[in-house]
Amino acid sequence: MSLLELKDVSKIYGDLHALDHVNMKVEKGEWVAIMGPSGSGKSTMMNIIGCMDTPTEGQVLLDGRDISKVSKKEQTIIRRDKIGLIFQQFYLVNYLTALENVMTAQYYHSVPDEKEAMEALERVGLADRAHHLPSQLSGGEQQRVCVARALINYPEIVLADEPTGNLDEANETIVMDLFRQLHEQGTTLIVVTHDPEVAQTAQRALVLRDGHFTKETVNNNFTGVIHYND
Amino acid sequence: MFVRMIRGAFARQWKKMLMIAFTVALGTSLAAAMLSVMMDIGDKVNQELKTYGANITVVPKETSIVSDLYDVEDGGSQTAYLNEDDLGKVMTIFWAFNIVDYAPIVDVPARLDDGSGVTVVGTWFNHHMDLPTGQTLDAGIASLRSWWSVTEGNWIDEQADGYTENDAMFGKAIAEKLGVKAGDTVHVKGSKKEADLRVAGIFDAGGEEDDQIFTALDTAQALDDMDGKVGSIEVSALTTPDNELAEKAAKDPGALTVDQYETWYCTAYASSIAYQLQEVIENSVAAPVRQVADSEGNILEKTQLLMVLITILSMIGAALGIMNLVTASVMERSKEIGLLKALGAQNGAITGLVLTEVLLTAVAGGAAGFLGGFGFAQIIGHTVFGSSITIRPMVIPIVAVLVIVMTLLGSLPAIRMLMRLEPAEVLHGRQ
Ligand SMILES: Nc1ncnc2c1ncn2[C@@H]1O[C@H](COP(=O)(O)OP(=O)(O)OP(=O)(O)O)[C@@H](O)[C@H]1O
Ligand SMILES: [Mg+2]
Repeated sequence: MSLLELKDVSKIYGDLHALDHVNMKVEKGEWVAIMGPSGSGKSTMMNIIGCMDTPTEGQVLLDGRDISKVSKKEQTIIRRDKIGLIFQQFYLVNYLTALENVMTAQYYHSVPDEKEAMEALERVGLADRAHHLPSQLSGGEQQRVCVARALINYPEIVLADEPTGNLDEANETIVMDLFRQLHEQGTTLIVVTHDPEVAQTAQRALVLRDGHFTKETVNNNFTGVIHYND
Repeated sequence: MFVRMIRGAFARQWKKMLMIAFTVALGTSLAAAMLSVMMDIGDKVNQELKTYGANITVVPKETSIVSDLYDVEDGGSQTAYLNEDDLGKVMTIFWAFNIVDYAPIVDVPARLDDGSGVTVVGTWFNHHMDLPTGQTLDAGIASLRSWWSVTEGNWIDEQADGYTENDAMFGKAIAEKLGVKAGDTVHVKGSKKEADLRVAGIFDAGGEEDDQIFTALDTAQALDDMDGKVGSIEVSALTTPDNELAEKAAKDPGALTVDQYETWYCTAYASSIAYQLQEVIENSVAAPVRQVADSEGNILEKTQLLMVLITILSMIGAALGIMNLVTASVMERSKEIGLLKALGAQNGAITGLVLTEVLLTAVAGGAAGFLGGFGFAQIIGHTVFGSSITIRPMVIPIVAVLVIVMTLLGSLPAIRMLMRLEPAEVLHGRQ
């Protein structure tokens, strides 16, 4: 059984089919990239997988459970327990320190554990920035805090919507390296990106256009290390 | 974590929080002032209205029956009397606290040197009493008849150095008839004894009392060998306006159920106070003096209603203000709230967070408003009533509850908004 399976999923806004009968399977531990032009429905799909939205039609099976028709409250619980989210904007609570931001995810999940949160920051190389406010961190550092926060509760799937869209190459490399580590630890990764180099790093890349998949590329030389073709 | 989040939110949004606190403070101060004045106004208005005299009179049972039967106003000479020793018991009744003043009255017929008759009234002027409760009371007609205008001399002060029991207040008419001035002495002759009364003051009461002479109880009693006898007692008490229960009870307390009786007895109705007076004063009938008691209640009720309205309006105003501010604050924080939801925060958790912030702010503002309100109450007290307002402890819990209710109501739209907020809407760059 796949960890995630989308069966004939559509999302319709008025007469706009943001997702149009999409089918997809993601296995446990897989690293999948999703590409596509702006407005093709990438974020819409991520919202549905991330339990922040429900499809108009179709089924979304996560761990065998259909999450396409659950209540808001259950959505929140599933999101909390199974999903780690990383966004294009480095969304952090701006009056909390890096450490506290990571702890927020623990707080809503179970109990805040400062030591564990600190370890997560160490993994993203930000132990020495733990007590800085987001405004005192660079964009790359902020995104690494978001990665640490997404990992803290050991989610089954990490969903990243344009995680490196606002980063320079150096920071992108750092974040991608974190993804590689996550992948090696067995975390399932779905990464939305515009960037072909980011997409090529994944095991498999799907292209979404006008709400449905048009192309799938399997990376036969997968290493998990980003490679730039200057 | 919760504490850290609250602290962080305050650190960041202190300006908005300050505004909320200020709004709450304004509302609270008005409410606290109005409630304080309202709760104290009963006494204040009563004290003002006390100038209209006694609102309960106690007379001997027989006298009451006679005047009831034959409708005699001043049925010649009185035959039945109250016992002077019972006077002290007035301050032992359940509602003793509400008794602001009282005085014994005994009318004694006497003759002047020219042979004409005159009524010498024995009473208290400002009789000093140390009550068992530790309070003191200067009871007597000095305040019960405060509308008398003293045209010559002064009110008798029983505590003054030069006071003697032969000092007397002369009505304007009798003083004119006798051609006396303050300081003169007038000889009066009772059936048993004679006395030389010194004219301490001459008053204009604008009524039949202008023909009378008021002097110490003992002095008047001695004229006619009436030691220990009192014709009636006038009592001025703070009363609650009558309602149906009080009217029913006034007709016949026996007709009440046990519960009704309890309620009535323990409420300061003129009739229940009268009833209690009757209980302690032997052979007596106590009756409220209708019109005065009623009008006191009416004016009070209306004034208090007005204050309640102002309180409600100020609370509504503050709630509207809070509504705006909290909604704005939640809107400003929609990203943060969406993020917390995305991280797995349930609506309840976020509502708790926002409400805690707002309530903490409201409590701070409320505390400040309280102090301001009490100050405001004093200003009202001094400008309107010429005396300070006693702060009732009751005001504190009432206003506290009002503030909390007002804050919660004010936060309601914001809470609804944050509940509806979709994390996907705010987090994917679509605002
Ligand atoms: N709440 C909504 N109401 C109406 N239309 C919506 C809504 N959300 C998304 N859409 C539309 O659905 C389509 C897909 O949007 P989506 O955000 O998924 O695109 P995307 O692939 O993420 O684009 P980008 O690369 O610019 O982020 C777009 O045309 C968008 O305007
Ligand atoms: Mg998008």
